[in-house]
Amino acid sequence: MQQTNILEYFDETIEKYPDKIAFANEDYEMTFQEVYDQSRGIATFLSDHGYYKEPIVIFMEKHPKMITAFFASVYSGNYYVPIDSEMPRARIELIFQKLNPRVMICDDTTYGLAEEFPDFSGEIYRYDDISASKADDLRLDEIRSKALDTDPIYIVFTSGSTGIPKGVLACHRSVIDYIENLSEVLEFNHDTVFANQTPLYFDACLKELYPTLKFGATTYLVPKQYFMFPVKLVEFLNEKKVNTVCWVVSALTMISAFNTFKTVVPKYLKTIAFGSEVFPIKQFRRWKEVLPDAKFINLYGPTECTGMCCYYKVEREFELDEHIPIGRPFHNTEILLLTEDNQLAKPNEPGEICVRGTSLTLGYYRDFEKTNEAFVQNPLNDKYPELIYRTGDIGLWNERGELMFVSRKDYQIKHMGHRIELGEIEFNVNMLDGITGCGAIYDKKKEKIVLYYSGEMDQAALVNLLKEKLPRYMIPNKVIQYPAMPLTPNGKLDRKKLMADYEAD
Amino acid sequence: MEELLEILKELHPEVDYETCTTLIDDKILDSFDIVSIISEVNEEYDVAIPAEEIVPENFNSAQALYALIERLMDED
Repeated sequence: MQQTNILEYFDETIEKYPDKIAFANEDYEMTFQEVYDQSRGIATFLSDHGYYKEPIVIFMEKHPKMITAFFASVYSGNYYVPIDSEMPRARIELIFQKLNPRVMICDDTTYGLAEEFPDFSGEIYRYDDISASKADDLRLDEIRSKALDTDPIYIVFTSGSTGIPKGVLACHRSVIDYIENLSEVLEFNHDTVFANQTPLYFDACLKELYPTLKFGATTYLVPKQYFMFPVKLVEFLNEKKVNTVCWVVSALTMISAFNTFKTVVPKYLKTIAFGSEVFPIKQFRRWKEVLPDAKFINLYGPTECTGMCCYYKVEREFELDEHIPIGRPFHNTEILLLTEDNQLAKPNEPGEICVRGTSLTLGYYRDFEKTNEAFVQNPLNDKYPELIYRTGDIGLWNERGELMFVSRKDYQIKHMGHRIELGEIEFNVNMLDGITGCGAIYDKKKEKIVLYYSGEMDQAALVNLLKEKLPRYMIPNKVIQYPAMPLTPNGKLDRKKLMADYEAD
Repeated sequence: MEELLEILKELHPEVDYETCTTLIDDKILDSFDIVSIISEVNEEYDVAIPAEEIVPENFNSAQALYALIERLMDED
C-alpha cells in the first residue's frame, strides 16, 4: 500500500535494527527500540489525556529525547512545535499567543522556565515522568488508521517582517516527498552516520531525523560549542565515524578557514551537503582537496516548501569569482521563474523563484492572510486551482540550464545560515523605550548585521534589551548611534543612505 | 591589550572584559564572534591563530586571549 504516514518508516526499521543506535549526543545514546518504546508510551499518555489534532509544544534542550518527543506527538495524531531553550522569552510568548497550546513537554532544564510563561495556561509534563508510560498498540493503530497524509506533523517558526514569527505547518505527504527525493540524491543507506549541526527547532533537521528512521541509520547531535573549536569538531566526526553532513556553509568554512586540515582531517566523510549561503570557492577548494572522493551537494529551499527543493551536485571546477548553482528541482517539484509581469523568465533573465508541487507546506498557522499572499494560484494556469509558493528569492537559469541564486527581493537576509527579516530586528528595536528610530543593514562581505539607531540609550543597554527579545543569531554584530535617522523624501527610512554611510566609514 | 579590548567591545559592548573569565563557558561568545575575533586579531597584531590554539581555554577571558597573542608574537 502507498505510504501515507511518516512513521511508516519506523515500522520496518524497528524490526530490522532494534538495538542499533538511532540518535545520540556526546554522552547519551538511544537505540531504535528505546526511541520506539518511549515515543509510543508518551503518545499513549497524550492520547489518554485527550490531546488530538493539536499542537504539542516540545520545549527541551537539544537531545535524543527531544526527537523522541517529536515522534510521540505524531504517533498520538498531533503535531509537534519545537521550542528552543535558548530562544528569548518574548519570542516564545509571541509563539504561544499564536498557538494557544494546551500542553507542553519539558525536560529538567526547561521545566522551571516553562512554569513562568504568563501566556501558557496548559499542562506541563516532564519527559522523564511520562516516557515510561505503557504503549496501547490498539489505540495507536486506530489513530494511525484515521490519519491522512494531508494532516500536519509539525510547525516551525520563521522570522516575519512584521516582527511576529510565522508558524509554517507541514504535512506527512510533503515530508515523505522530501525525504524520498533527498535520500535518492544524497544516496543515504543504513550505513549512513549523520552529524547534525542545525537546531531541532527548524525544518533543517528533517534531513537527518527521518532518513535515520527510514534506513535505520544513526544521527549524532553535535554540541553547539564544537562549532567554535574546529579541531575538537573534526575529532568528534572521526570518533563517531561520521560519513554524512548536511550543514550550513559557515559551519564548513569555519573548519577550512582556520587551516584545521593541517592538524586533523575528517577521515570518514563521504557526503557533504551544504546550503543556505554562498560557499566561497576558495574554502570549497580546501574541502575538495582533503576529500577528493567525497560528494559535494548544494541544497536550496525555503521552509515553506518542506526543507529543500533544489540540488546541485558539484562535479565541475569553479573559478574563484563564480557561484555554485542551486541546480535543479528535486523529482516531483517544479521551479517557475516568474518575471514582474508573471511571465516565465528567459535564460539569463532574473525572475522570482516559485515552487510548484507536493513539497508545498500547508501554509502559516492561524494566518490565512499571510498564507494567501505567499501561496498563490499559479498565474500561468487559469484552468483549475493550483498553488505555487512565491519564495521572494530572485534566480536565473544560466546558459547550462542550471538554476542560479541571484538575490532577495525584500529585506530578508541569510546570516550564518539563518533566515532573518531585517524588519523584525527593527521592529523590536523600535519597541524599546527611548528609541526614536532605527535601521538595520547587512554587510554581506563581512557577514555582519549593522544596526543604526537614534534615541536616548547607550549601545550596551540596547544590546542587552535586544537579547531578551531576539534569538542570538539576530542580534546585530555592530551597533551605531545616530543623532537622527536619515529619511527619504516620503519619510521612509533611507537604507541607501545608511548603506552609503557604512561603506564610507 | 588596548586594541584587543577594542575588538572585543565592538562585538559585545555590554560585557566587562576586565573581569569576565567565562566568555565561552557562559556562552557569551558564539561561533560568529570567534571567527570575527580571529580575523581581527590577525589584522591588528599580524598573528594567525592556528587551529590547534582555537580551544575554549584560550577564549574564556580577554587575559587568556592576550596571553595567546603574545605567545604567538614571540614565536614569530
